[in-house]
Amino acid sequence: MSSPLRPLPVWADVALIPLVNVAAAFVISGFVVLAIGENPLEAVKILIAGALGDLEGIGFTLYYATSFIFTGLAVAICFHAGLFNIGVEGQAYVAGLGAALAALHLGFLPGYSLVVVAIFAAALFGAAFAFIPGYLQAKRDSHIVITTIMFNYIASALMGYLLVDVLRNPSQMNPETPTFSVYGQVPQFHELLAPLGIHWPETPFNLSFLLALAAAFAVWLTIWRTRLGYEIRTVGANATAAVYGGISPARVTIVTTLLSGALAGGMAVNVILGEEHRLILEYTAGFGFVGIAVALMGRAHPVGIILAAILFGILYQGGAELAFETPKISRDMIVVIQGLVVLFAGALEHMFRRPVAVLLARRTTSPPI
Amino acid sequence: MAERASPAIELIGIDKSFGPVHANNHVNLVVERGVIHGIVGENGAGKSTLMSILYGFYEADSGEIRINGEPVRIRSSREAISHGIGMVHQHFMLVPPLSVLENVMLGAEGGPLLSEGAGSIRKRLAELGREYGLEVNPDAIVGELSVGLQQRVEILKALVRGADILVLDEPTAVLTPAEADQLFEMLKVLKGERKTIIFITHKLREIMSLTDRVSVMRRGEMVATFDTDKTSPPELADAMVGRKVILKIDKGPAHPGAVVLEARDLVVRDDRGVVRVDGVSFTLREGEILGVAGVAGNGQSELLEALAGIRPLSAGEILIDGEVLPPPKRNPQLERLIGIGHVPEDRHRVGLVMPFEACESAMLGFHRERVYGKGALFDRRAIIADAQSKMKAFDVRPPSPLLKTANFSGGNQQKIVLAREIERNPRILLVGQPTRGVDIGAIEFIHKRIVAQRDAGKALLLVSVELDEIFALSDRIIVLCAGRVTGERRPEDTDAQDLGLLMAGVSERAA
Amino acid sequence: MDLFNAFIVVFGSGIRLGTPLILACLAGLWSERSGVVDIGLEGKILVGAFGSAVVATFTGSVWLGLLAGVVATIIISLIHGYASIDQRANQIVSGTAINMVADGMTALIGNAIWSQGGRTPQLPAYAQFQAIELPFAHAFGAVPIIGPIYEHLISGHDLITYIAFLLVPLTYWALYSTRFGLRLRAVGENPAAVDTAGISVRGLRYGAVVICGVLVGLAGVYLVLSQEAYFQPHMSAGRGFIALAALVFAKWRPWPALATCLLFGFLDAVAIRLQGVALPGIGEVPVQAIEALPYILTVVLLAGFIGKAIPPKASGIPYVKER
Repeated sequence: MSSPLRPLPVWADVALIPLVNVAAAFVISGFVVLAIGENPLEAVKILIAGALGDLEGIGFTLYYATSFIFTGLAVAICFHAGLFNIGVEGQAYVAGLGAALAALHLGFLPGYSLVVVAIFAAALFGAAFAFIPGYLQAKRDSHIVITTIMFNYIASALMGYLLVDVLRNPSQMNPETPTFSVYGQVPQFHELLAPLGIHWPETPFNLSFLLALAAAFAVWLTIWRTRLGYEIRTVGANATAAVYGGISPARVTIVTTLLSGALAGGMAVNVILGEEHRLILEYTAGFGFVGIAVALMGRAHPVGIILAAILFGILYQGGAELAFETPKISRDMIVVIQGLVVLFAGALEHMFRRPVAVLLARRTTSPPI
Repeated sequence: MAERASPAIELIGIDKSFGPVHANNHVNLVVERGVIHGIVGENGAGKSTLMSILYGFYEADSGEIRINGEPVRIRSSREAISHGIGMVHQHFMLVPPLSVLENVMLGAEGGPLLSEGAGSIRKRLAELGREYGLEVNPDAIVGELSVGLQQRVEILKALVRGADILVLDEPTAVLTPAEADQLFEMLKVLKGERKTIIFITHKLREIMSLTDRVSVMRRGEMVATFDTDKTSPPELADAMVGRKVILKIDKGPAHPGAVVLEARDLVVRDDRGVVRVDGVSFTLREGEILGVAGVAGNGQSELLEALAGIRPLSAGEILIDGEVLPPPKRNPQLERLIGIGHVPEDRHRVGLVMPFEACESAMLGFHRERVYGKGALFDRRAIIADAQSKMKAFDVRPPSPLLKTANFSGGNQQKIVLAREIERNPRILLVGQPTRGVDIGAIEFIHKRIVAQRDAGKALLLVSVELDEIFALSDRIIVLCAGRVTGERRPEDTDAQDLGLLMAGVSERAA
Repeated sequence: MDLFNAFIVVFGSGIRLGTPLILACLAGLWSERSGVVDIGLEGKILVGAFGSAVVATFTGSVWLGLLAGVVATIIISLIHGYASIDQRANQIVSGTAINMVADGMTALIGNAIWSQGGRTPQLPAYAQFQAIELPFAHAFGAVPIIGPIYEHLISGHDLITYIAFLLVPLTYWALYSTRFGLRLRAVGENPAAVDTAGISVRGLRYGAVVICGVLVGLAGVYLVLSQEAYFQPHMSAGRGFIALAALVFAKWRPWPALATCLLFGFLDAVAIRLQGVALPGIGEVPVQAIEALPYILTVVLLAGFIGKAIPPKASGIPYVKER
């Protein structure tokens, strides 16, 4: 029977421990790199250079970060309601369908209003795909973790069928849709900056980034400054008290899941409308799961999520460079890091409390409050 | 030899802290063999911690334990059991889906295969059943047994392991007076067999009727030990509390007005579909406090939840001002709108949200009101100001709206709940266990506020398992037993014994 | 007769497809019955598969491969156990982390060693578990009806399949007739009762986690050493989650778990059989619909019949001594 945890000062709780957790993930990743015979410090150098070394790298980094902000927000909003939405991957995938259908078939709409409608369509489809697991959890007590995992596989099958047999560009063999018109595309930054005389190399970095920041602000506002957010947090913290307070956990569960799916749709905006300009197979590439790591690392707070998303953007862009230069460190390394972040920032988040508390106690003359 | 036998248990200088809380402060206790030794104290006095140390659940920070004169170290429940200590916990340590036999065998299986030990344990159960009147069907599923029978299984568990020393922690909390008497008879039989019994309770009546010696704990210290026949409840209460506390408050006569709430033949089921409220009817008037007495678990909780709209009615009607309240309107939100406030029995689980700031907890249930923000967004300043005024009015300490709810003491948390429900000026106030886990000073304050509401013409329904509280506050009392109203009384026309009979199910109609 | 033969083929295939599910499902059963929720079965299958592939490739020994796969899975199970039991982590998060780390690590290391995108080399026949023919299978096969059943359904499976089937009654017996099983069932319902009876909650749960590791490791080993003969990244393909769904459907009981896993295996076999086949009235069923069938079925089951299945009471709740 060990003595209970000594309380830590607020700054240690909010900033230091999360940093220690993330550092642990990276240190262990470093050992893994060592184990497969490569130099971790070299690897880090290549990674950082690849991600931040030039404007092109930065563009890609921010492009990836945009997707991660959306998926991270999607997971985080569910966390606040006490739900674990592992289905962001599938929801983002299906959202892409909405974006594509709108962009391809609503061309009669004037000018850029087409892409705006396509954005809404992405959010709508994402939300709709999240609806069934949310509804089942709310009304039938079906564990949302298992149902959303199943729905990820269902999304894969459904979209695969649609892309191969239904939506395919008839003149091609590739399982993808025809390319969208220019009004169905979200402008990329290098295109926008060129007329202003700023020369930015061609990267997929597009205006969705601003949308992501706006979404982050909107999520913050909703969770902490609106009645809906209050109800979400109450259900997440204490569902019994929520019922007592006249809040319906079922209703909140469904609304939160819908919002989450809509946020997942943001990734479709970034990738499908902003870069690919057509719907392609498996475009989500595991980014929905990165959202879990981002949400945990960012402690479900929009500011933390943005920072964590940028970090993972660096990892992905840098990781691509690294895999190119050092083939032994394949892109799966990033999945390992992601998993370790989830492990240390999520599962083992309290593991370092005692050592940190001991260290702090030794350094300060007075005990921590 | 002429030497006296060593005491069964000696606790010497036991000290235990949990962070800043000094739960046991140099506690000394000597329990002689073959006696029933009571330990009294209020909530939080340190009784349970002390017994947890004896049972190996915790290790003391310092101090010594001696069993039969031998110093021992008890680092785990297993070691406690090996020294002959058996514990009957307040919250039963049983596994509901398993049978009685399986529960008793747990930890004393007698071999890697269950078949090896089952036979001998069955025999032992039958023997103990005959010897001590503790008969129970070994193949019954524990989850389906009554509370009294479940307790029996707990005791059998200890006896099967050869316990010489039996520690019972608030054993009568969930028993009817009749079941409690049965328990006492059985304990006396055990005493006759030279077993040592430690009996923890906060009910002085039980101490006086059952124990040979009694020790009093207060705020983590052992303050006194008496021979029971040489002391009295007032002396014990004094030692428990440390100052003279008058539980009776100044309460003027009630002036009940019109009937505001009427319950007709209410039937309410619990989550498993079992009927908990079985045809309850009563009326509630403006300007009166109706006390609902009864042993915990007899339907009061479900009744309260049904009235508050948290639990559906299986049958019956609730009338407000003579009009039936239909099912769609029976939910907490709408009930609050028509002026029904609810102070729940369990503030931790239901009434507050511990991780929230106090000002956010103070909004719970009323968060949709315009005072907290006219547009789509909350007005933080209004929220904080509102919380501040509530905290001032109800003397919540510290009056910090931004402090986490969990960081307030029990009494202050309860005051936050009361402030929230009362400040809205409801016409009807449903109150459950308002002073559970609350210190004496806060109890007085809370009681005063409840009476003040009555005097202001509100209708109050008070559910409490503490008879003292029922007597102090109620203008009328109804007693609930097994989901039925067994009787109605005026406080001045009854006493604890009379209510006790009603609580035990001796209804007037049956007489 | 043709229908009967088709049935035999499909059912035999169903048994083989169901084997890894049975093993993973039993693994989950042991873990969850003790109160430790395990959604990391998917990742653990990968670890078992990869470990066995690597060692079998280097040593050429199927037995060493088996051992390595199981040991590797036990190790990763202990990580989940440590997080869940000692660190009182959110067990779903921990399981998710295990899945991610396992998925990434197996692919990473596989690629680092063989540079084939994570795939391991094809194992020679002697480094695989071959089909075992039970006595007189071929001779008996001539007998109408029961003959083919004996020859193709009961005989002719590999060692791990037989082990998987034997593990079901063994699990049942262990759970309900032994001291360990009783204590395990108790600790999943009310750990405090176990603690106060002087039994170590921690010990029981770690024990369950190790058993889980052995069984799910076997599932992974089976995929490589009995089925595919090589490891490929992500080869578990959702089996860990289907096993979890089967566990819930079976309400955490061994015999219903077997039945459910066989059902899923059977469906999988039917799906493969129906690929490219035009059914009367419906036409050709798209391959993706068939792929999605187990997952859809799982959701339907979760939504409809067992929406209120009650898991072991202490499932997923870390045990903390009350003050």
